[in-house]
Amino acid sequence: MVHQYQLNGYSIVLDTCSGAIHVVDEVAYDVIALFETRSPDEITAELTEKYAARPDVTEAELRQCIADVQALKDAGKLFTPDTFAPLAGTFKERSGDVVKALCLHVAHTCNLNCAYCFASQGKYNGDRALMSFETGRRALDFLMDHSGSRRNLEVDFFGGEPLMNWDVVKELVAYARGVEEERGKHFRFTLTTNGVLIDDDVIEFANREMDNVVLSLDGRREIHDALRVDYAGNGSYERIVPKFQKLVEARGGKNYYIRGTFTHRNPDFTRDIFHMADDLGFTELSMEPVVCASGESPAGRDPAALTAEDLEVVKEQYEILAKDMLRRKKEGRPITFYHYMLDLENGPCVYKRISGCGSGTEYMAVTPWGDLYPCHQFVGEESCRLGNIWEGVTNTALREEFRACNAYARPECADCWARLYCSGGCAANAFHASGSIRGVYEAGCQLFRKRIECAIMMKAAEADL
Amino acid sequence: MERIKTLETRSLCESAKKGGCGECQTSCQSACKTSCGVANQKCENQ
Repeated sequence: MVHQYQLNGYSIVLDTCSGAIHVVDEVAYDVIALFETRSPDEITAELTEKYAARPDVTEAELRQCIADVQALKDAGKLFTPDTFAPLAGTFKERSGDVVKALCLHVAHTCNLNCAYCFASQGKYNGDRALMSFETGRRALDFLMDHSGSRRNLEVDFFGGEPLMNWDVVKELVAYARGVEEERGKHFRFTLTTNGVLIDDDVIEFANREMDNVVLSLDGRREIHDALRVDYAGNGSYERIVPKFQKLVEARGGKNYYIRGTFTHRNPDFTRDIFHMADDLGFTELSMEPVVCASGESPAGRDPAALTAEDLEVVKEQYEILAKDMLRRKKEGRPITFYHYMLDLENGPCVYKRISGCGSGTEYMAVTPWGDLYPCHQFVGEESCRLGNIWEGVTNTALREEFRACNAYARPECADCWARLYCSGGCAANAFHASGSIRGVYEAGCQLFRKRIECAIMMKAAEADL
Repeated sequence: MERIKTLETRSLCESAKKGGCGECQTSCQSACKTSCGVANQKCENQ
């Protein structure tokens, strides 16, 4: 499958199954579009007529271009057939029941009361609770016991708000560091926080022990404070921004993300990204579309949900962002946007690209009382409980459903050029949009495709072709 | 090729022959947590 698009003055051709990317002129763009359905003589005739006013587009030139396209096809860089479908699922079968990442919900409670929270203010539609050290330690043991030969293990301290159970977080890190060497493992920790409780102790510890820190900020003060409020209704921007700045400055270049959510209130989210960069000095940025009920009827629609009109604005915003990031890079003051990070030369292998996100098999979420769910976005869905950290996965039928989720599991993906970039997409988004993990969240797909188009356009521009 | 420039990319077909070590990051265990893909994950098997 080939995907052709034009963006920011570049004509780009993606060969889905080889991963090859070609930047072409308009003549080659037309030749490639016709190549599989017309003969060389028909292509030459049609394009000779189209480019009659162009002295540089001769018949000889067109025939050379057709030969070049054929050469790329012969080299496996254009019109590459999809031979990966039989491999889909084999990687996860080969991996057995290996688990390599846990999202530890150390606190099902929060000191903010954000209306759009997919975790219902940290409670996940359940009771408030804090994870005990004993439960957390058992979760880390469960991970090590089930990680097979995997060395790198990932643990995200998540909530709710994990800093509301900070002492347990520190004890769990100390426990993991104390046993990882003898177990032949290496823990990579991430902390995701709203920032309210950040103090010098948190900064020192997080910057020493956390491989990544995810700091929640929605951007401009009026946008952030509209939804990210405490229980008295006060915005949190003023309290958290100086703390985030202090933490990032002290972090010394280690990974972090300022991670925001945009909603119906700010589909023009680049204003928030530029505020984070230009006014606040942050460079590592992630801004995500809100995940909430987006039903057609007003009764079924969360007021924060993005509308169909919003989606078109958001797509334009992704283009604005990509062009602006190119400008900043040229000026020597680049910023990073999580979704535009692509490593074309050393990126993920095809097994990763076809195997799905790993939720429910190699990645699970653990509640404060030790229940296992396929990922953080399924917590609270009783039908999606996999088991617990003492007995392991007992709902094996559900695990097999997740194991079967891959880039070829959904008929809707069969003719989508982006399937090896998303690997079938987010199972939780599909579940909440369609009722099935094998469904499709179409709005999410539209935005994903746009982001990939922008990210690849940036690579074309940066290649200085 | 005068009208076609090809970017350097990892061949997915080649990666099918020796990929799949499984050491890479789990897709959602990072910044996003709500709308991840796999394309921007790092390969740990360099």
